[in-house]
Amino acid sequence: MSKKGIETLVGLFVLLGFAGLVFLSLKAANLASFGTRDSYTVSARFDNIGGLKERSPVRSAGVTVGRVTSISLDSKMFQGLVTMELDKGVEFPVDSSAKILTSGLLGDQYIGIEPGYEEKVLASGDVIRQTQSAVVLENLIGQFLFSKAAEGGDADPQPAGGKK
Amino acid sequence: MNAIALLGARTLEVLRSFGHAAFFFADLVRAMPAAMRRFGLVVAQIHAIGNLSLVIILASGLAVGFVLALQMYYALVTYGATESLGLIVNLSLVRELGPVVAALLFAGRAGTSLTAEIGLMKAGEQIAAMEMMAVDTKSRVLAPRFIGGLVSMPLLAILFSAVGILGAYVVAVLLLGVDAGNFWSIMQSRVDVWRDVGNGVLKSFVFGIICTAVALYQGYETQATPEGVAYATTRTVVISSLSVLGMDFVLTALMFSTG
Amino acid sequence: MRMPRRTTPAVSPAGTTRLKSDSLIEIDHVTFGYDASRAILKDVTLRFARGKVTSILGGSGCGKTTLLRLIGGSAEPSSGEVRFDGQRVDTHDREGMFRLRRRLGMLFQFGALFTDLSVFENVAFPLREHTDLPEAMIRDIVLMKLNAVGLRGAANLRISEVSGGMARRIALARAIALDPELIMYDEPFAGLDLISMGVAANLIRTLNDVTGATSLVVSHDVPECMAISDHVILMAPGRIVAQGTPSDLMNSTDPEVRQFVRGEPDGPVKFHYPARPLADDFDVRAEAAA
Repeated sequence: MSKKGIETLVGLFVLLGFAGLVFLSLKAANLASFGTRDSYTVSARFDNIGGLKERSPVRSAGVTVGRVTSISLDSKMFQGLVTMELDKGVEFPVDSSAKILTSGLLGDQYIGIEPGYEEKVLASGDVIRQTQSAVVLENLIGQFLFSKAAEGGDADPQPAGGKK
Repeated sequence: MNAIALLGARTLEVLRSFGHAAFFFADLVRAMPAAMRRFGLVVAQIHAIGNLSLVIILASGLAVGFVLALQMYYALVTYGATESLGLIVNLSLVRELGPVVAALLFAGRAGTSLTAEIGLMKAGEQIAAMEMMAVDTKSRVLAPRFIGGLVSMPLLAILFSAVGILGAYVVAVLLLGVDAGNFWSIMQSRVDVWRDVGNGVLKSFVFGIICTAVALYQGYETQATPEGVAYATTRTVVISSLSVLGMDFVLTALMFSTG
Repeated sequence: MRMPRRTTPAVSPAGTTRLKSDSLIEIDHVTFGYDASRAILKDVTLRFARGKVTSILGGSGCGKTTLLRLIGGSAEPSSGEVRFDGQRVDTHDREGMFRLRRRLGMLFQFGALFTDLSVFENVAFPLREHTDLPEAMIRDIVLMKLNAVGLRGAANLRISEVSGGMARRIALARAIALDPELIMYDEPFAGLDLISMGVAANLIRTLNDVTGATSLVVSHDVPECMAISDHVILMAPGRIVAQGTPSDLMNSTDPEVRQFVRGEPDGPVKFHYPARPLADDFDVRAEAAA
């Protein structure tokens, strides 16, 4: 085979490989969904961040508007400090609230932002004041058992089951 | 007493051959810059190693994609979770099957051909003749093949995964009736470029180093007889495959264990 | 035709040329074995005269090919020294070996041609690797070298298409591509028909005379070597049996020499590999006549 022929085929091969990589990155993974739009940074503190991870989505009304960029422990207030990037085109009032929600029954956790009523909007570097932590299963069970015990105490003098 | 002496001798022999192989690898790496200057040789090797493996890689990728989609469908349909089919197939391919299976196929197709070629060149005294002409065979013969393998392996693994996903799409959406939109969107939202695709590419790069270096070493050290070459090609496949599987375990633990 | 080299000539810094000694190669009390227990060469001392054709004869396994490997630096003696043009052959000195090997050409037993290249490309190989000559010049030189071995018409054939004798001639053309000072031939006559043998012998002698090179021929082919050599060395495993001019050896009275040059099946080199007495293997006993 001639040298030119070989070089052409190799070039084709490498090109094909890169096309595959582009396909995998854009079509089959999440590359397209971030880094392409301008964004601004806000942060929020939670008592318990639950299963929130870096790169978890930030959604409002179910629409993804940003990503969590970092999670750390605020050692002064002992709360989880979550920093997130929001798309520049989307603005939230300063009194908006951030909740940690679960998508589906057993799905990943994400931050849901519910808009507030103020006119002033969040700017880069602002902190979302109103937060609701993730639901922790043990707390839920504990609450349930406690309420059950309280119920049982009113209706029937039966010994309470194990409570937290 | 004899058995212990024998064991000791065997162990020393194994250690010596590891050392010998390590020196060989060091020479190979040292010869790489010189080989890059003769880029035509490298291109010719990428053709021989990469292009000529395309058929088997693409065919296998497609087949694996088909089968994965089918099998996962039957597993997921009981939970009503067939929409995640795309996601599961993607992750299986991109994280594991792509790099590993492509590497195993590579060892079988390209690795054995490299071993046989180098072995026969050595048997026919071509290597000795080149050395006698004051041409460094490591940079002219071995290093271009090494670079060819390094470049080809990741590309082949990527193509394996990509074709597999497309194959899975065909089976899942066109044959089994999974929703096309969900197939892609769930995949897109959950597969991370750096963590999943990137790590997969990194794995295939490591596998490329292993398979190519082993193939070249076995060829270089083979006995100049038909049995010697046959034995060497067998060793290439066995050692490459076992090393790839072993390294895969280590790399997976390193890359994917931390949440 | 001699052509420009990229190497520096043998001129010492003061500008005076080194006086060339009579012998190009000196083997000085060399001992060598592939593994420590069995020495192939034991304390061998030899000189190879400049500009002459020297043949090294001997049976298989006597160490003649090993000598070539020691001279070319593919092997290192366990003791003693090999010297090329007065300089020690040091296998660990990469620069030195590089310079040494550019001054020699070696013809391997079966040619050792590069099977993935054409005949032309094989002969052009040393030129492409070691010189910066333009393509047109390389083409001319290659065709001239092929012409010298009588194969100019075969330049575009693939290696798979050439016969054994032709392969050796092509390998010879490749070995002389850079006009080396030393040409080493490893069994150049083995397996050739009489015509090809005559051609090869003629080429070796003519090349030597025309280029002024030194030729070393390793062979066990007595008639051809005797016909073309200036000096002959006869070896047995590990040592030198005799050396001298061809007529010296042909007329020698030493039984070992006689057996070899006359090709007698039995003599100092035994026909039978050491074995048990015949009686034991075949269970034969001399029966007393009844």
